[in-house]
Amino acid sequence: MLFFSYFKDMVGREVTVELKNDLAIRGTLHSVDQYLNIKLENTRVVDEDKYPHMRSVRNCFIRGSVVRYVQLPPDGVDIELLHDATRREARGG
Amino acid sequence: MATGLGLESLVDQTISVITNDGRNIVVRHCFAYVANTGLETLYFADFLILFQGVLRGFDQATNLILDESHERVYSTKEGVQQLVLGLYIIRGDNISVVGELDEDLDSNLDMSKLRAHPLKPVVH
Repeated sequence: MLFFSYFKDMVGREVTVELKNDLAIRGTLHSVDQYLNIKLENTRVVDEDKYPHMRSVRNCFIRGSVVRYVQLPPDGVDIELLHDATRREARGG
Repeated sequence: MATGLGLESLVDQTISVITNDGRNIVVRHCFAYVANTGLETLYFADFLILFQGVLRGFDQATNLILDESHERVYSTKEGVQQLVLGLYIIRGDNISVVGELDEDLDSNLDMSKLRAHPLKPVVH
């Protein structure tokens, strides 16, 4: 629940999603759901010369199960807040 | 809590699907069948296949129903080949990315000149 809420707060920000097949897609976070499936808008594949397969795709849905990393803008991360929230969740509160 | 998957807006649109084994299906009106592309070449290591078609339905597990679909077979040695598939159901756990296909951008691509290395399969 914590990361679902966290990503919901990140909607509208520019993120880079790296998939488990090494494809990295950069775009504006449009929405996220309870499975952490991600919808991006204005997407660009990071290494488009190597991966031209999504050249005609500008909006996409990424299944949560294939996400390896989500790279966030540095100013989008409140480290103290995340620390507190993760510790609270780890304690079961 | 029961929020939608966010695929509603893609229903009846042309979409491009990348599957976990690195295939890509594009779902749209049919393209001419490319002869001399037997199944044995489809799974040759140097090929990447993209699925494309019209999304007719989906469910919570991202199972997809694709209509008028075809595969785009990428290779480093020759241009993209398109294989007509027709009506397909893809089980959700094989789905990586579902992209909305921009028809204008897509029609500007010269598929016969496009070369690409294969996408790696998803490793969990």
